[in-house]
Amino acid sequence: MRWIRKNLVVVAGLLTLAYMILPNLVVMAFSFNKPNGRFNYSWQQFSLDAWKDPCGVADMCQSLSLSLRLAAWATLGAVALGTAIAFALVRYRFRARGSINSLIFLPMAMPEVVMAASLLTLFLNMGIELGFWTVLIAHITFCLSFVVTAVKARVMSMDPRLEEAARDLYAGPAQTFLRVTLPIAAPGIAAGGLLAFALSFDDFIITNFNAGPSTVTFPMFVWGSAQRGTPVQINVIGTAMFVLAVLVVMAGQIITNRRKKTATA
Amino acid sequence: MSAPVLTKEAPEPVEEPVLRKPATRKRLVPYWLLLPGIVWLLVFFALPLVYQASTSVQTGSLEAGFEVTWHFPTYWEALQEYWPQFVRSLLYAGTATVLCLLLGYPLAYLIAFRAGRWRNLLLVLVIAPFFTSFLIRTLAWKTILADDSLVVDALNALHVLDVTSWLGWTEGDRVLATPMAVVCGLTYNFLPFMILPLYTSLERIDGRLHEAAQDLYASPATTFRKVTFPLSMPGVVSGTLLTFIPASGDYVNSELLGSTDTKMVGNVIQSQFLRVLDYPTAAALSFILMAIVLVMVTVYIRRAGTEDLV
Amino acid sequence: MTDKTAHTGKNTGGGDVRLTGISKAYGSFTAVHPLDLTVPQGSFFALLGASGCGKTTTLRMIAGLEDPSTGTVFLGDTDVTDLPPYKRPVNTVFQSYALFPHMDISENIAFGLRRRGIKSVKKQVDEMLELVQLGDKARHKPHQLSGGQQQRVAVARALINHPQVLLLDEPLGALDLKLRRQMQLELKRIQTEVGITFVHVTHDQEEAMTMADQVAVMNGGRVEQLGAPADLYENPRTTFVANFLGTSNLIEAEVLEAGSDVLVTAGGGKLRVPGDRCTPAVRAGGRLLVGVRPEKISLTHADDAGAIADGRNRVTGRIADSSFIGVSTQYVVNSPAGAELQVYEQNIERDARLVPGAEVVLHWNPAHTFGLDADQDIDAGVESVEDAG
Repeated sequence: MRWIRKNLVVVAGLLTLAYMILPNLVVMAFSFNKPNGRFNYSWQQFSLDAWKDPCGVADMCQSLSLSLRLAAWATLGAVALGTAIAFALVRYRFRARGSINSLIFLPMAMPEVVMAASLLTLFLNMGIELGFWTVLIAHITFCLSFVVTAVKARVMSMDPRLEEAARDLYAGPAQTFLRVTLPIAAPGIAAGGLLAFALSFDDFIITNFNAGPSTVTFPMFVWGSAQRGTPVQINVIGTAMFVLAVLVVMAGQIITNRRKKTATA
Repeated sequence: MSAPVLTKEAPEPVEEPVLRKPATRKRLVPYWLLLPGIVWLLVFFALPLVYQASTSVQTGSLEAGFEVTWHFPTYWEALQEYWPQFVRSLLYAGTATVLCLLLGYPLAYLIAFRAGRWRNLLLVLVIAPFFTSFLIRTLAWKTILADDSLVVDALNALHVLDVTSWLGWTEGDRVLATPMAVVCGLTYNFLPFMILPLYTSLERIDGRLHEAAQDLYASPATTFRKVTFPLSMPGVVSGTLLTFIPASGDYVNSELLGSTDTKMVGNVIQSQFLRVLDYPTAAALSFILMAIVLVMVTVYIRRAGTEDLV
Repeated sequence: MTDKTAHTGKNTGGGDVRLTGISKAYGSFTAVHPLDLTVPQGSFFALLGASGCGKTTTLRMIAGLEDPSTGTVFLGDTDVTDLPPYKRPVNTVFQSYALFPHMDISENIAFGLRRRGIKSVKKQVDEMLELVQLGDKARHKPHQLSGGQQQRVAVARALINHPQVLLLDEPLGALDLKLRRQMQLELKRIQTEVGITFVHVTHDQEEAMTMADQVAVMNGGRVEQLGAPADLYENPRTTFVANFLGTSNLIEAEVLEAGSDVLVTAGGGKLRVPGDRCTPAVRAGGRLLVGVRPEKISLTHADDAGAIADGRNRVTGRIADSSFIGVSTQYVVNSPAGAELQVYEQNIERDARLVPGAEVVLHWNPAHTFGLDADQDIDAGVESVEDAG
């Protein structure tokens, strides 16, 4: 009884974790399924078919590569614009600071569907044809605020004296930025970039509204297949991404552990 | 060595001293940094809202074209026709948010205070599901909650479904295509957005505060109520916002896991915009949703007293 | 101390730091009131004051990190007011050091040389590491070093550039007391070795007095007094200086006779003050704050009052409290002349009768008395519990 009381939080936490992991396990298991009909929702028999031919479904791998390209450009755009804003907000005092803060906060304070719909009305009213560019614009807009928030957190924790020290030690503005500011802000910028990449890569709602018929991103493909029939290959892709991510994180962990050991040795 | 001289405590200068102005170039730096990003947001975030507002008061048809006629009744008609979807959205999103908090807090607490050397592993397990497209993971719930699945059979055997269907959350022996399935999906999808801010604010709490509280005669429960929870408020506030806001406009979970009886306002906006092509109604609905959420968020932040969230 | 000028030899007075009419205002708040100050080349100069007194702002204006609102900064004969920090031959040791966390120690130290386009820095960096005794830490990252080691890296990183002036902003503030004493001597040694002008900002009066040749005491954006440490201590000219540097007993008194020897009355007794140690001009009938340092006072039990030599200033009172410090005993004495007078008695021959409640006579050589303007706040510069820490 005492044990239960003491470890209640552990049990509850692990149950939540199970709830969060369960769908991934299902996705993984069903990547080895051989479904009977068009839908891959109930277990039939073990098969490696999908793993042997991951691009065997029409258009799926194209959609994947489109998503990757889109996410890369969106990340680049959002990081460039967002980093500059974050620096300006943290490092300078100027008028209109409050309204600019609200302008950054608002996109995060409204449901995605509102932003998606309003951008669509803009494109419709301007007579702009929906396609790659409209989706890219939408993604950058949507990721921007998140990048600003991530970079801002890092820049705020940076000691401004480090840049003063650089200037004191004969580094001009450009040198100071390149040699001190940027390297120290890098983790924040990287975090913002990763977030933007993940948001853009996995975005459905905004893309759903602003994509033309030819811009089928991977989430759009999955959405479509939920109506038409779900190929096993989407589970393969989902599992591969999951495993890859875990491996990358673990490798990173091992490397930092090694470094720590050699540093203390 | 010449003695250092404090010549005098400089008398107030008779002539107006020459005030040095910082160079104009230097003062303009922040504006140059802000310019591209702010222009971007004005053009692609603020301007679209204006267009949406104007669309919502247009009348016409797709064939004949739409025109601004300041036709405000659209708002009233939209509300009249779709109020059940609005109510459902807020109800589902609210329930999911509360569930996320109840489920997420123990896990965040576990990672922050009890995990020891497992901390990083647990964090990875919280974040890793992100890397599988959320649509694929949501589809997996179709399997998990399917009619003859283990989970549903178990709930049935425990007579849980009798209770939930009496409450109207499920229908008979089914879970899929019921409100419970939709809320379950929403909760699942936004749990990480609750856990990460909670973890961040819990992790900042100095462990000695717990010891101090217990030293000052607080039981573990009181310690939690009086020390830990209040200090984790910033995480609670941002976690609930990050869950509620996107959940209120979501239509994916309702579409994939629900039925026509579980349609949320997101579904209506989506279908009006992309299928029915009734732009004024869709724009009006979107505007109302935005207004409701903004008002709720503002009131909530005021009440919670944490204004420096971002 | 003055003979150091001889060995820095090249000193022609051309390397002095001169501030003329320099001030800094932020909006309506004036951090530094217009001040003129000359720091001679090769000296160890301290700016001393409580936090917010403008000392750091003054330092930052010399460094170029802050633009003065008015006035001019000269290095030697060159007006550097408009030069950005990276073009000034001045380097700073920052508070909490500001070491670049992403570079190792030798990269940190080489930073300034590299920015000036000097290619082969290895030899100089090694010499610097030697000077600050960190030869074995060249490849460590700053966070792997202790506070004292980081502090030495910060000094090395600045000194390697052979600046005309080295500015130190509370460089020892983050260290614990023992290490601080050690680093004070270390910094003093380095300064003597390299002969560069040091301008040192600190709130620690002991630190300023131990290290500096000259101290400027700042308060409320103005320089209250400037001079050699002993001179400031013995001849404070304001209550702030009297209280901030060490402890002073200040007694409110009325002037009976002005002249080369000022006679005043306080609490019924008469006291003498040397006329040349009174800061304001005194006149009979005016008021004066009479000051004396606690260690100058002798304490005699009232029963032995007759044995006190003539011509000494005396005040009678009752011991309120005493604390045994080891080398000395500190007494708090209440008297009609003033409450809570401090007396430090060396523990040579302790009089067992000197316990709280005992009637005593405080007496001291009138030459050790100073007089201050009575219109000032008598408690200015007194460290209170709220200020501490």
